[in-house]
Amino acid sequence: MTVATEPTTGAVPPPSKEDVITVNKMNKWYGNFHVLQDIDLSVRKGERIVICGPSGSGKSTLIRTLNRLETYQSGEVFVDGILLGDDVKNIEAVRREVCMVFQHFNLFPHMTVLENLTLAPIWVRKMPKKQANELAMHYLERVRIAEQAHKYPGQLSGGQQQRVAIARSLCMQPKIMLFDEPTSALDPEMVKEVLDVMVELAKEGMTMLCVTHEMGFAKEVADRVIFMDAGQIVEMAGPQEFFDNPKSDRTKLFLSQILSH
Amino acid sequence: MSENAKLPPLPTGTFAERAIIWSKKNLFDGWFNTILTLGSIAFLFWLIPPIVEWAIVNATLSPTIEGCAEASGACWGFVNANLRLILFGTYPFDEQWRPLLAMILLMGIICGSLGGVKYPGMRKAIIPMWVIGVPIIAILMWGGVFGLTYVQNSYWGGLPLTLILSSIGVIFAFPFGLLLALGRQSHMPAIKTVSVVYIEVIRGVPLITVLFMASVMFPLFLPDGVTIDKLLRAQIGIILFTAAYLAEVFRGGLQAVPRGQFEAGDSLALSYWQSMRLIILPQALRLVIPPTVNSFISMFKDTTLVVIIGLFDFLGTVKLALRSDPAWTKYYVEGYAFAAAIFFLICFSMAKYSAYLEKELRKGEQR
Repeated sequence: MTVATEPTTGAVPPPSKEDVITVNKMNKWYGNFHVLQDIDLSVRKGERIVICGPSGSGKSTLIRTLNRLETYQSGEVFVDGILLGDDVKNIEAVRREVCMVFQHFNLFPHMTVLENLTLAPIWVRKMPKKQANELAMHYLERVRIAEQAHKYPGQLSGGQQQRVAIARSLCMQPKIMLFDEPTSALDPEMVKEVLDVMVELAKEGMTMLCVTHEMGFAKEVADRVIFMDAGQIVEMAGPQEFFDNPKSDRTKLFLSQILSH
Repeated sequence: MSENAKLPPLPTGTFAERAIIWSKKNLFDGWFNTILTLGSIAFLFWLIPPIVEWAIVNATLSPTIEGCAEASGACWGFVNANLRLILFGTYPFDEQWRPLLAMILLMGIICGSLGGVKYPGMRKAIIPMWVIGVPIIAILMWGGVFGLTYVQNSYWGGLPLTLILSSIGVIFAFPFGLLLALGRQSHMPAIKTVSVVYIEVIRGVPLITVLFMASVMFPLFLPDGVTIDKLLRAQIGIILFTAAYLAEVFRGGLQAVPRGQFEAGDSLALSYWQSMRLIILPQALRLVIPPTVNSFISMFKDTTLVVIIGLFDFLGTVKLALRSDPAWTKYYVEGYAFAAAIFFLICFSMAKYSAYLEKELRKGEQR
């Protein structure tokens, strides 16, 4: 494992051993727009975190900084003990351990399901093709879609595609999984099949950060729920505390809006 | 209401009855369409019979000027008599089997490569075919070894020259255009600037200018004693010119691939070149098959411009044949019609292959 060699700046304490993710005073701007403001966050190994908040609150941007799909301008982000900065080696090292499931699946339309799953193990992990195929079939069975292995993504339903995307991430055998609104683009009847897979994954001890509005999922599996608004972490608490006894007015308003129907 | 209720009843009756129903519906519905139909029929009656009479009925194949003078129609005898000059230009007469063989070999390699789409087993053979085939073609054309007499490339001409210029042009312009397109999208300012300037300058200049530069100006910049072959200079000019156009075509394809595909590649820890090769380019290039082939077709026709720097391509050799004997000169229509037919055949095949390729690559992936 590559450990960050760059000296940490200022008086910020180095990440603790138990934390797989440490974010220190991280700020990000799009031009004049301050999308992320002084974000502090640490995530322990095996922790399940749900991030919610109104649209435009910066929640997707936050998890996208954790695998460097987004850059940040100040502060520090450590993932798996590696400082995520401009260093390309560090970025690739982090991306090998952190996988992301996207709102729009982002499967590769010109490859079969099986090819989608084996691509990264073969090219990034240098795994022999036969072994990669076995690994892929193992995870396809886990997401209950093995019979579709030789179809193309365009031939599957949205729920099936998202389960393929989850299996594709699992094939990299990551330490951390990031979910960016994984059920938002799905038809309502397909949400459950995807959430079921995610719940199973959570129960097996995968470290997960999930941006979602599925409050049932948050109640069932989250260790902590984070509420973000206007680029800030407004509230962070265990699910019971968060839903039964929210502290801030903004959280109360948000919860009343999404739980009212 | 069920869907079936809206459908018109299937036509019944004899062929003639159905034909009458069809034409009433498609050709004579309303006075305007009736006039158009009758007008078109009259136009075809006026146009086609004289062409058929000229090109076939009254035409002659007699390869003599006397024979042609007797015929009231086309004098295909001109092509007949000068076929070898038209096909092979000034290549030594007794050695013309060599360009013929080279041309057949080149066509074979091209067809073999294109067949790789249908027969995946052939894909592995594509690179070896070119690696072995191109030197053989070069040996056949130049000679000087294996007892073949040396033929300077200033004697090359005709169809083999056209085919060589355009296929070598495609092979080199394609990867170069791809690099330019990627360069234009690069985050590195130096690479981006160089690519943009190159593309815009070359696109802003006619091919004739590029060829003139390559043949007249370029040698001025070389130190004394160093010369680069005229044919090679023309070939490089064509490659540089085509690459700039292809770069813009490829850029369109790259921009049409959704951002999510790049992000998915990144999030799986694939490197830039892995993402490009495995994820982005296969999708981007598939999207731009029609404009890419369009560029190839126009490049194929543009190779005729090498005549201005003194090379005799296929169109140039037709002109050469017309001038070979003053008596033939008046049969230029036949000469150019023959050249046009060959050019059309090749360009049309390219267009057809492009359509086939699109259909073949889309199989299985659609919802």
